[in-house]
Amino acid sequence: MISIRGVKHSIQGKPILQDINLDLPRGGVTALIGPNGAGKSTLLSLIARLQPLGTGTIRVDALQIGSCSDAALARVLAIMPQSAQISARLRVGEAVMMGRYPWHRGRPGKRDGEIVEETLRLFSLTSLADRFLDEISGGQRQRAMVAMAYAQETDYLLLDEPLNNLDIAASRHLMRLLRQMADTGRKSIVIVLHDINYAAAFADRVVVMREGRIVADGAPGAVITPALMADVFETDAKVHLVDDRPVVLV
Amino acid sequence: MDRRLALLCGLLALSCVAFMLLGAVGSWEFLLQFRLRRLAALLLVGICLSTATVLFQTIAGNRILTPSLIGFDALYILILTAMVQVLGLAGFAAIPAPVIFAINLAAMTALGMLLFGVLMFGAKGDMIKLVLTGIVAGILIRSLTEFLQRMIDPSEFQMIQAASFARFTHVDTGLLVLTAAASLPALALTWRVRFRLDVLALGSELATGLGENPQRGRKQVLALICVLVASATALAGPSGLFGLIVTALAYLVAPGTRHAVTLPTAALVGCIVLVAGQTVMERVLDLSTPLPVVVELLGGLVFLFLVLKRHIR
Repeated sequence: MISIRGVKHSIQGKPILQDINLDLPRGGVTALIGPNGAGKSTLLSLIARLQPLGTGTIRVDALQIGSCSDAALARVLAIMPQSAQISARLRVGEAVMMGRYPWHRGRPGKRDGEIVEETLRLFSLTSLADRFLDEISGGQRQRAMVAMAYAQETDYLLLDEPLNNLDIAASRHLMRLLRQMADTGRKSIVIVLHDINYAAAFADRVVVMREGRIVADGAPGAVITPALMADVFETDAKVHLVDDRPVVLV
Repeated sequence: MDRRLALLCGLLALSCVAFMLLGAVGSWEFLLQFRLRRLAALLLVGICLSTATVLFQTIAGNRILTPSLIGFDALYILILTAMVQVLGLAGFAAIPAPVIFAINLAAMTALGMLLFGVLMFGAKGDMIKLVLTGIVAGILIRSLTEFLQRMIDPSEFQMIQAASFARFTHVDTGLLVLTAAASLPALALTWRVRFRLDVLALGSELATGLGENPQRGRKQVLALICVLVASATALAGPSGLFGLIVTALAYLVAPGTRHAVTLPTAALVGCIVLVAGQTVMERVLDLSTPLPVVVELLGGLVFLFLVLKRHIR
């Protein structure tokens, strides 16, 4: 379980997160949604120790962020940062193998090779394995980055806007893959999404943030309502139920 | 990849043989010893500078940088100038070579770490900012050096000028041993962390996600760079853009990003450039121009080419 207690965060005196308390139990897909600047990405990066945590505590299972070893956490939790850019010139297969680093520490074994193979297949990247990351399309690169985080084989997988740059087919493919990992692979997935409809369609739980606070939390059907659109997103979009699932009309 | 490394090894062996044997006249015993010392110095400096440049480019995430761009060489000349200024030419000449060497090594390592430390603290992990402020700091150090040089008399100035380019004409065995003692542990350490370097090269966020703390990693790598550049420079003098040429060639030979390949490739290329270059300059062209002057010229051209073409990132 990821448990967040009394987390505050500010950048140059400007509060970004205020009094965040949240429990994310094992398993399932949790979507973080909210308007721009709500603090979703900041919260995710604090959980993944990409930024130093000021006030409050975050625990991932038994590991406390800030005091646990980075290497130990890397075997429990993987993150795909927002618009991750790799400066090194890397092939797709090599990048996915880098995801195995917390386990092989630079000396990949036979099993690492098998997992990379399997991951490439799962993400339909096998044919691109020998291409350099800066030679493939933005969507393919995005998929490679998710594959890299997946190959880390952690219980928790954090993704910051993984649907950026993806077309509808690639987006649905990725979300189904994540759904399948949560259902059959017992992974816990926390994902920052911009498109509420994807959250409604694929998440078990939606956590809504606004101005650094959590303002709603629950199943998509209960949370995504016309009232939420008006109060939190400040837009008068209609919400319809289609197949018992809320759909925001844009 | 192994074939390429083998080819480079062959080229290096050839250059070494040429360096040892070409134009050999007189007492063999003396000649061999004399040239062997110089060869050892060339190899050591070649390995240290190439390795330091690869390390620097890895943590800066940029392949057109070299430690001398942010004022490392300038630091050496500043220390030299300051010593001559304080002690005078006679006083400076009276200090035994190993002591000057030790002072140079210690001062460069310490000042380098201080400089980088302050820059890193100010840049807060922003490498672009670190590099830009580093270049400005380099200009500051150079201006300070020039200011000091204006206040000393011409003969002292000439002596500093002569020492401002790397030279391999005469190599003292004692200094060679000191250089090896300082640089070999740093080289061994670099080789040990080669896999961590691969992770650090991915950038801060991804490295953190994979369990490598980028701040700590960069500090350790910067310390290694300081020791390597300081020992090479204290032995042979500043070498300017040499590292840039070598890494650009190394990436051409081995385009991958694995440090297990890049580090030995760059080291081999560095040694070949130095040994073959020195042989050609001395024995074939019969020039007494120090090799780095030529390397600097070529380095400037390579730098321009890289910046304009920008196919290497």
